[in-house]
Amino acid sequence: MLFALILIPLLAAVAILLGAPAKKTALGASLVNILAAALPLASWQYRSWDTGFQVLENPNINLSLGLYDGMSVVMLILSLLVTLAAVYSGKCPEGREKLWFSSTLIIAAGAIGAFLATDVFFFYAFHELALIPTFLMIGILGSGDRKAAAWKITIYLAFGSIVLLAGLLLAMGHLDSFAFSDLEAIPAEHQNTVALLLIIGFGTLVSLFPLHSWAAPAYASAPAPVSMLHAGVLKKFGLYGILRVGMVVAPEGMAHWIPWLCVLLLGNIIWVGLVTLNQKRLDLMLGNSSVMHMGYIFLAIAALAANGENEIAQPAAVLLMFAHGISIALLFALSSIVEQNTGTSEISQLGGLAKKAPTLAFLFGLAGMASIGLPGLANFAGEVMVFFAGFADWSPKDGMGWIQITTIIALWGVVLSAVYMLRAYRSVFQGPLVKNTSDANDISCCDRIPAYILAATLLVVGVYPQILLQFL
Amino acid sequence: MQPHYIEFITVGFGILLLMFEAFSNGNKSRLGLIAAGGLTIILLLQCMSCPCTATPDWLARFYKYDSVALFYKIIALVSTILVLLMSVDFRKVLSRFTSGDDTCSGLGEFYCLPVFACAGLMWMASAKDLVSIFVALELVTITFYVMVAYMRRNVGSLEAGVKYLILGALSTGFLVYGIAWIYGATGTTDLTAITEFTQQATNSKPTYLLFGIALILIALGFKIGAAPMQLWIPDVYQGAPTPITAYLSVASKAAGFLVLMLIIGPFISYSATSQPVIAILSIMAGATLLYGNLAALKQDNFKRLLAYSSIAHAGFLLMGVASGNFTSVSFYLGTYLLMTFAAFFILALVRDQENSDSIDAFDGLAKRNPLLAATLTITMAALAGIPLTAGFWGKFFIFAAAIQTGSSWWLLAIAFISVAAGFYYYLKVVKAMYWNAARSEKSIHVPMITKSVLAVLTLAILVFGIWPQPIFDLLTIWK
Repeated sequence: MLFALILIPLLAAVAILLGAPAKKTALGASLVNILAAALPLASWQYRSWDTGFQVLENPNINLSLGLYDGMSVVMLILSLLVTLAAVYSGKCPEGREKLWFSSTLIIAAGAIGAFLATDVFFFYAFHELALIPTFLMIGILGSGDRKAAAWKITIYLAFGSIVLLAGLLLAMGHLDSFAFSDLEAIPAEHQNTVALLLIIGFGTLVSLFPLHSWAAPAYASAPAPVSMLHAGVLKKFGLYGILRVGMVVAPEGMAHWIPWLCVLLLGNIIWVGLVTLNQKRLDLMLGNSSVMHMGYIFLAIAALAANGENEIAQPAAVLLMFAHGISIALLFALSSIVEQNTGTSEISQLGGLAKKAPTLAFLFGLAGMASIGLPGLANFAGEVMVFFAGFADWSPKDGMGWIQITTIIALWGVVLSAVYMLRAYRSVFQGPLVKNTSDANDISCCDRIPAYILAATLLVVGVYPQILLQFL
Repeated sequence: MQPHYIEFITVGFGILLLMFEAFSNGNKSRLGLIAAGGLTIILLLQCMSCPCTATPDWLARFYKYDSVALFYKIIALVSTILVLLMSVDFRKVLSRFTSGDDTCSGLGEFYCLPVFACAGLMWMASAKDLVSIFVALELVTITFYVMVAYMRRNVGSLEAGVKYLILGALSTGFLVYGIAWIYGATGTTDLTAITEFTQQATNSKPTYLLFGIALILIALGFKIGAAPMQLWIPDVYQGAPTPITAYLSVASKAAGFLVLMLIIGPFISYSATSQPVIAILSIMAGATLLYGNLAALKQDNFKRLLAYSSIAHAGFLLMGVASGNFTSVSFYLGTYLLMTFAAFFILALVRDQENSDSIDAFDGLAKRNPLLAATLTITMAALAGIPLTAGFWGKFFIFAAAIQTGSSWWLLAIAFISVAAGFYYYLKVVKAMYWNAARSEKSIHVPMITKSVLAVLTLAILVFGIWPQPIFDLLTIWK
């Protein structure tokens, strides 16, 4: 059953390449996929729906899929929703439908496969499925300095994957099987090396400071579906991987690197936050803000590494991953509509758009508020839980540890994001109309559907986070 | 039927083919199909034969037949068949540079010679004595001298032929000299006896042995294209007729690695020699990886790019040899055959229709023939080692072996950097096909043979990319 969730988008992509009507097939595939996932999700129980077969005896590797635990469930929901929205979004240039929709579907299939796999090997392998379609989409159909951006993201991600592979292989040398259920802590003397390799490898994929410089330019120049899927879903692969594999095989190794991790994640939150403040283009600002928000999730991971008993750290990380994925996908979709309707993405050349496009302004405002953590929207629940996780089981007589100090500094990041997001909102949507916006249209009705779906998700999860937390 | 009859049949088939060629006239490219058909029958015979009957005494010292031998015989036969099929579709270019017209009248021997090389490769897979290894290797190499220089009206091909001849002869000299030293140190040329010697020897000063091994490593370094003996590769690969380049890059390399593993194997586990041998192999692997990958970055000729990439792959393979895990090396060679031939088939096709080997010739291929572009994209992804293709498993096992046997960290670092560099230069071809504007709007016609071979190879790359077990089963079928 779960194989269908990967095969449907892949087969649809092949069908599109062979001449099926591109947009209809892609839409159909992503809708059917959600329907197909409904049954496993509705009847989900811990480690249910396992399926698979052995592809190799020695080492023991299985092509196995399953809803391993609540984390997989949440990530699957995220992937399916963003895929549907991504297929709807963006404006495909004439004559390029085949490449556009088939690439989008292949990237989505890779993401879904990575979150469904219950074997380290295929967990890794599915993620790489997205590499070449991303390269082609940015390189051919991107905007701005697309070639440099395409090479940069490809080389960075390839480098990250290779370091990650080294770490995984080193860890697997001490284990009998690649199955998630057989993962266990490896001998202590190897843990530090494995943890370091995994942090660098996964960290590159998540744009951990200072390996983050590929992300913003790539997202800015990528076509909307790619930046939505990549920033919203694929980037979460690294975080998911650290929680799923890193924390299990090398818990003490992860604890060993906490000071470093804290410094780097503050690099994400404060340094990249300041960089975001200075962005002049809407898409670059969003790209940088997505890099910045990764810091909070790393904070939850660091809190979990410091104290394995920390019960809210993992739910906090997963909830924030979900919330960030939805909100950044919505923001990228909307910013591409802004660019289509006004012809520019320079913040200084925009203004007063809310008069001409009230719905667009409302949705952008909602997504922006969500991304800076306004209560009542999904990100708030996640961020608050992350900050609580920083002080979980802590009492004043313990003194301030790395995690506590980092949490306090990281709180300032919230101020930074409020500043850049509100400032951007004001200059784009408020104030007098300017040349570019004077005859702009509102969001068209077929762009509204995905935007409403994502916005509704943000609201529902924000008001009632238990809907996801029950899985975790 | 005794397994060794199959080699005799192959040689006999080659001689028959030559005679048939002498008395036939007109279009000789039909001969290629006959040769490929004959070898296919031999391949079937080979797959049906088993080591159930004992090898006769007079041959037992020189010949063994086990699943590894079968594996390399299959590699030899499959790559020869593919070379012959590729040559049939490549006949126009070949003919232009041999008889100087389009009649294909001078191509007869071109379709017979690979059969002899194949017989040599098959014999080598079964050889267990330094002397029979040497004889088989020479049969292969001498055939290659002719094939590399076959396009006699093409300066590049002649230059390649001369370079290959001189360096090949030099490496033969090193090989014989090395064999002599090993014989002097161990008193035997039988590899079984040499293995026994290393297991019980009390010799604490293996200087003679090490000198012999060093000479053999130099000689085999030429064959497999390992640094610092790799300098001939780019020129010879670029100059030789494209099917022969593919042959050199797959079959000749596989043979070189097989011989390397046969000869060096006992010494890797021999306590007196293991340390220096592994050190030398590691250094060679590191240098080869660096040279192949860094030099490939700048290439704008696709054929030359594949030459450097073949050096780079030799580096990965050497890393596997140094870690002593020969199964992973054999596996890598098996998958390497699939993806290299797919790449060369497409190169030969584009060379035939665009009259150019450079990467520019692939510009805009995605518009002119989307399916062909998709095939080449999968092939390049496999060569770069992207997961879910067969190429990834090859690298995966080599890396796993290297990490688990505790290879030096610097070698691993070089290897990982090399993989990242590989992404760049393989994707450069993908970039040309999709990003760049086409030079002409003419669609590219794919002949029947090339089309079906490409379909099979691509499918194999993808199927083995998810399910590699069959290759391992083949390698251990009789254990």
